[in-house]
Amino acid sequence: MDLIEFREKGMYCSVGQFYIDPYKGVDKAIISHGHGDHARYGSKHYLAHPDTVAIMNVRLGKVNNYQGLEYGEEININGVKISLHPAGHIIGSSQVRLEYQGEVWVFGGDYKTQDDGISQAFVPVPCHTFISECTFGLPIYNWKPQAEIFEDIHNWWLNNQQRGLASVILAYSLGKAQRIIHNLDLNTGPVYTHGSIYQLNKALREVGQNIPELPKVDLSIKNKGLYRNALIIAPPSSAGSPWLKRFSPFSLGVCSGWMALRGSKRRQAADKGFVLSDHADWVGLNSAIAATGCERVIATHGYTQIFAAWLREKGYDAFAQKTLFEDEEQSKEEVLPNVENENGEVN
Amino acid sequence: MKDFAQLYYDLDQTNKTNDKVEILKEYFLNANEEDKKWALALFIGKRPKRIISSTLLREYAAEFSGIPLWLFEESYSIVGDLSETISLLLPPPTQAESYSLSYWIGLMQSMGKKSIDERKEAMIQAWDTMNSQERMVFSKITSSTFRVGVSQNLVIRALSQAYHIDGNVIAHRLMGNWNPNEISFDELILSHNNKDLLSRPYPFCLAYPIEKQVNELGQATKWVAEWKWDGIRSQIIKRAGQLFIWSRGEELITDKFPELQTLLNIIPDGTVIDGEILPYSEGKVLTFNVLQTRIGRKNLNPKILREAPVIVYAYDLLEWDNEDIRGKTLADRQALLNTLVNGLDQNAQIQLPPSIYFNDWDELPAIRTKSRAYMAEGLMLKRKESIYQVGRKKGDWWKWKIDPLSIDAVMIYAQRGSGRRANLYTDYTFAVKNGEEFVPFTKAYSGLTDKEILEVDKWIKFHTKEKFGPVRTVDPQLVFEIGFEGIQKSSRHKSGIALRFPRMLRWRTDKVVNDINTLEDLQQMLAQYEKGL
Repeated sequence: MDLIEFREKGMYCSVGQFYIDPYKGVDKAIISHGHGDHARYGSKHYLAHPDTVAIMNVRLGKVNNYQGLEYGEEININGVKISLHPAGHIIGSSQVRLEYQGEVWVFGGDYKTQDDGISQAFVPVPCHTFISECTFGLPIYNWKPQAEIFEDIHNWWLNNQQRGLASVILAYSLGKAQRIIHNLDLNTGPVYTHGSIYQLNKALREVGQNIPELPKVDLSIKNKGLYRNALIIAPPSSAGSPWLKRFSPFSLGVCSGWMALRGSKRRQAADKGFVLSDHADWVGLNSAIAATGCERVIATHGYTQIFAAWLREKGYDAFAQKTLFEDEEQSKEEVLPNVENENGEVN
Repeated sequence: MKDFAQLYYDLDQTNKTNDKVEILKEYFLNANEEDKKWALALFIGKRPKRIISSTLLREYAAEFSGIPLWLFEESYSIVGDLSETISLLLPPPTQAESYSLSYWIGLMQSMGKKSIDERKEAMIQAWDTMNSQERMVFSKITSSTFRVGVSQNLVIRALSQAYHIDGNVIAHRLMGNWNPNEISFDELILSHNNKDLLSRPYPFCLAYPIEKQVNELGQATKWVAEWKWDGIRSQIIKRAGQLFIWSRGEELITDKFPELQTLLNIIPDGTVIDGEILPYSEGKVLTFNVLQTRIGRKNLNPKILREAPVIVYAYDLLEWDNEDIRGKTLADRQALLNTLVNGLDQNAQIQLPPSIYFNDWDELPAIRTKSRAYMAEGLMLKRKESIYQVGRKKGDWWKWKIDPLSIDAVMIYAQRGSGRRANLYTDYTFAVKNGEEFVPFTKAYSGLTDKEILEVDKWIKFHTKEKFGPVRTVDPQLVFEIGFEGIQKSSRHKSGIALRFPRMLRWRTDKVVNDINTLEDLQQMLAQYEKGL
């Protein structure tokens, strides 16, 4: 029996009568994490990890229909046992485990196996069927340990300081930005954040996340010299915008798994690409799947056909499934609803 | 090789000209003699012979990486660059030694006599000493696909700044067929009395497309208008009793045109002519299609020579009486050229092209519309006072091409691009209608803005009907205006025609698939084109 079906509105559990990460408004929605393609408006009831609830409060607006569920805690909806488990993708990101009459399905959501120090680290959850993303499901994607990447980032920053350049890093404002801040040596120089990142950081601090308070880039800062030695963290949507001009002269760095390919790096017109992803790499995907002990894998979101074919060769019952989940590392980031003016200042 | 691989990456990652020059200069000043000679050779396209076919390279890389070949191929289709794919897939090196660029090139050159198995062994051992950057560059050199986004002009500028030698002198020293195995870097670039290679051509003077109205060029009487020929731009050199013919791509093509050996007896020694090799018969230039039948052939049999006869239209004189006269004005050079050619037999295989007379700029547009009747691509405008410049310079020479031929077509297949466009669907196949059927007739890759590419890419991903390996069949909905420079019959294509330089002129969002052209329209264009209409 299929505990999860793929329907027009998204992943549906017909026994429990709820959706997971639905594309449209439904009655009951379980949300894996706070990125826009997974946490969408319009449902009557939401269930998610408390940190994801905090993120939804910022991104979808404050309403009273969010219910929090801690990792490992179990609830029961119409006879289906539901629990959330760390996915290591971003703060609050969860795998969703469903159990009914001894049959266990796990939706991995977006996940990474590398511990980034700020999102609770991924834990494999034994199951019969695992729904796995495969954003980077090709053997060409192999991440270096993040310590090496942060060493590169610091060297680049120091080098820019010597050359009199500001350092601007483009990173997705939810997840990647907090990961970078967490791993930066703040003694290297001042760090500023774009308004959208500033606002998310504040919300996450309010629910107890340990994120240092950093100044935001503000129109009221008239002395542009302040930015000279600084590192500025901005969302990818600010690439090429007039908002960036105030930092000139600057060097532009982009943090994304896609920076592994020269083509993507050049398309971004970045001075420097840092291969830093919040998704599992090839080895990560393969080891995560093996660790669940599952028999069946449903590959979504990424190189689904190729990855499923590879898994079949390895003896899994695997197939590709189309979804509307996007890849936040490649898509232009959605801006916060009605809170930013065109200069990226939060009103 | 680490420094050379790093150089490649550094150049690849910046699009600022000044940075590129600076990076190159640093390399030339720091690398050892042998390495910089080979680096220079690679940069200007003198690649060592391929020692391993790309098919074998894939097999070895898949095997060494421990993945099935099909997965290697899928990865390659995403990355879009074979050598980069290899560099991303191979396991980390286990050997600590590091060797220089010239060491590896030496090894490659010694591979010619080795068996396939020995080459494979050598390849895998080499990979095992290299980091990922080196592996990519090395794979590119061994498969003879090494290219870098640096023009010859930038290399010249870097050398000029590094060694304080005039750029034009360096440009000239780099011309011709010097062999990196036979000359040292110092002999090539630095020596003052460089034993001037007999066959060495001059750097071609090139034109930019005209950007403004012609009447803004000043007084019309100070300009010459010429037909812009659609043949093979060439330098005809006679020195010390020998004839050398160079193409604009700096290929020695003397052997491709045995009938031009007749020039040896009629041109004086110490002469270099700039002109165009054109298919020509009974007093008329023929379509470029005719020439295409013989370019690229190894064996030129009498039948081909008879069916595709050629002539040289001479339009400039660069060396006269063993003297470099590029510093004289165009008017003076052409006067000497006219005297030379007019003194030859009327049926000589070198002739002066038909002249264009005009007194006022107003007369030119009407003349330009006759280009196709002359089998020309448009007009060239050259300032009478201009010297023969090195390379592409703005101001003295302009090209004013006629509008391309164009046709509306629908996209039916899409494939991922490579390089900067890897991962995006940018290579499209287009079809015209034949009754209810769609007949593919051309591919095109260029012409869209980056923004349009992203939009089309997304559309393709949502409108895919089928996938065959890297190719997607899409709903026939998107209409594009396809521009091209020429059209010819082709038995190799289903449509029966082949286009020259096809590209997308416009994405016609205002048109639907019912509005596109038909196969019959294309056949009519072919008939007209061959008649010079």
